[in-house]
Amino acid sequence: MARVPFGAGGGLIKNLSDNSKHPTIICESVERLYQQGDVTVHALAGVSLTIECGEFVSLCGPSGSGKTTLLNCVAGLDIPTSGEVYLIGNKISSMSKTELADLRLNNVGFVFQAYNLVPVLSAQENVEFVMELQGMSKKLRGEKARSVLREVGLEGMEHRRPAELSGGQQQRVAVARAIASEPQLVLADEPTANLDSKTSASLMDIMRKMNEDHGITFVFSTHDQLVMDRARRLVRMHDGLIESDEIQS
Amino acid sequence: MLKLAWRNIWRHPRRTLLTLLAIAFASAVLVFFIGLQLSSYDATINATISIFNGALQIQKEGYHDSPQMRLTLDDSNKLLEEVRKVEGVRAAAPRAVGFALLSSGSRTYGAQVVGVEPEVEAQVSTIPGLVKRGRYFQRSDELGVVIGEDLARNLKVSLGDELTLLGQGMEGSMAATVLPVVGIFSSGSEELDRLMAQLPLDTFRETFSMRGSIHSIVISVDRVADVEDIEKRIVDSELLDPNQVVLRWDELIPGIKQMIELDMSSGWFFYSTLIMIVAFSVVNTFFMAVLERTREFCVMLSLGMRPGYLCRTVILESVMLVAGGIIAGMLLGALIILYFGKVGFSVPGMEEMARQFNLPGAIYPRVSLRALTDGPSVIFLTSLFAVLFPATRVWRLNPIEGIRQV
Ligand SMILES: Nc1ncnc2c1ncn2[C@@H]1O[C@H](COP(=O)(O)OP(=O)(O)O)[C@@H](O)[C@H]1O
Ligand SMILES: [Mg+2]
Repeated sequence: MARVPFGAGGGLIKNLSDNSKHPTIICESVERLYQQGDVTVHALAGVSLTIECGEFVSLCGPSGSGKTTLLNCVAGLDIPTSGEVYLIGNKISSMSKTELADLRLNNVGFVFQAYNLVPVLSAQENVEFVMELQGMSKKLRGEKARSVLREVGLEGMEHRRPAELSGGQQQRVAVARAIASEPQLVLADEPTANLDSKTSASLMDIMRKMNEDHGITFVFSTHDQLVMDRARRLVRMHDGLIESDEIQS
Repeated sequence: MLKLAWRNIWRHPRRTLLTLLAIAFASAVLVFFIGLQLSSYDATINATISIFNGALQIQKEGYHDSPQMRLTLDDSNKLLEEVRKVEGVRAAAPRAVGFALLSSGSRTYGAQVVGVEPEVEAQVSTIPGLVKRGRYFQRSDELGVVIGEDLARNLKVSLGDELTLLGQGMEGSMAATVLPVVGIFSSGSEELDRLMAQLPLDTFRETFSMRGSIHSIVISVDRVADVEDIEKRIVDSELLDPNQVVLRWDELIPGIKQMIELDMSSGWFFYSTLIMIVAFSVVNTFFMAVLERTREFCVMLSLGMRPGYLCRTVILESVMLVAGGIIAGMLLGALIILYFGKVGFSVPGMEEMARQFNLPGAIYPRVSLRALTDGPSVIFLTSLFAVLFPATRVWRLNPIEGIRQV
């Protein structure tokens, strides 16, 4: 694995033409150990992985294989016990909590398994949330939110609260929120785990379309065969290690 | 993020309303009781100083600490006229004071003998109106004495009996005279009733060889609350000689101020219990809110909200809630004060006691800035401090714990 030639000084300001020179994600021998009583759990036992800009990657593997832990380490939400993570050219271990927050805000979208919308905000307000934190004007972010909601097929539901939406619709709002600010990378941890297969398929189609239309890199974890089939690159994990890494046609 | 804070407050309307009510109730109670306390102090001060001492006195420097006959105010007529013109001064009256033995033939007692100007004395003191038997003086050169009822009883004298007065006048001369008792007063102040004898000013001067001098100018004011401003006006007007001083009521009778401070601090002992209960309810509300929203907070942190920003949003929520409760409470408290300000507030039994001490039977509380702000500001600060605990929890939140699926 090649060392990152650019160092960690990429800065926090979003600059796609500059950032696209970096691989989106580089993991170098990442280990994450958890102490559980007397037992040490190797959630990640030395993972090295590079994901280039524009890829559509599925992390799969049985429950407990370390998928969530890997995604958290990539996002800077969890700190590796050893090894190094570079996110869009930024060395995560040398950044503060606030710097990491800014890096995520401007470059990374998130979709979690479930319940990841802000309950007191409407669908549109949830989608606007990230852009509002970024300081985008009310008019602009409103337009963007409506257009992205249309793209994910939720036209006419802009003003519903999460509780008034089905699970599949909520996940689509989450996807809309993740991509509305046009991040470089979207991380999705088992986004379809709580959905039936038909809804899962349509959510995957939406993500795939976003990947193709907007060039956004997607990395999602899953143990759903239907989801794996739609990935272009399949990374299999087992017991905290990468078992296989292949490109699918 | 005002919108977010506002909506989160109303997420659990019942819990929010209960907290709001607790804060509003405590604020209203504090506003009302502090208002009542302050007004009752005003009433007490007013009643006490209007008996004899007045709100302000002008004296020769050092006279208050050691009242010697020779420490006089001279040529006081012009000063009196000028003082009466000062804004806020209602009336000013001259007095001369001495000590003498009063003898009724069978008995002899020491007394404070005060020379008063009958025409103006009633405007600075209630004693002329408290003469229960006989009458007060009509002229300044009248020959007669008015004494307190305990002194009369001790001396075994009644109206028309003659009293022999024996004391020391100015410059070591002998002061001696015989005067009939023309009036007996009952002021409710045990000290005055037992120790005081009043003479018309000219008669006093004659007896004590005072010529035209007096010892103090007693001033009554329109509003006791303004007494410090009035004092300042008198001092600034340069009416006084350098060796003349103005003394305020709290310097003339230091006991009242101490009594008030003691009463206030015992009041705060009760209030602080109430405030602790409110603070506890605020902490409880926000701890619950923070706990049940852990997941949501973690999602927001993951999306890139700065931890400090999230903390501020939570604090903003509590400020809005507490401020809302306090404002409601202040309004309610003010309304209650206004109501009792109209009809008067009295506790059963209080009226009787009050009459005994010549105090007004009911308190008519007034809305004042202090009454409105003292209690609520303490509630506000305490609640804010209390909210820091749940807020630090938010600050230390680790997002992966909240989003991990079980
Ligand atoms: N906070 C934690 N404390 C202890 N063990 C943990 C913790 N988080 C994860 N693990 C362990 O790490 C391993 C990997 O977990 P995870 O990354 O959640 O797997 P996956 O997402 O693939 O199901 C599991 O054995 C899990 O029990
Ligand atoms: Mg997982």
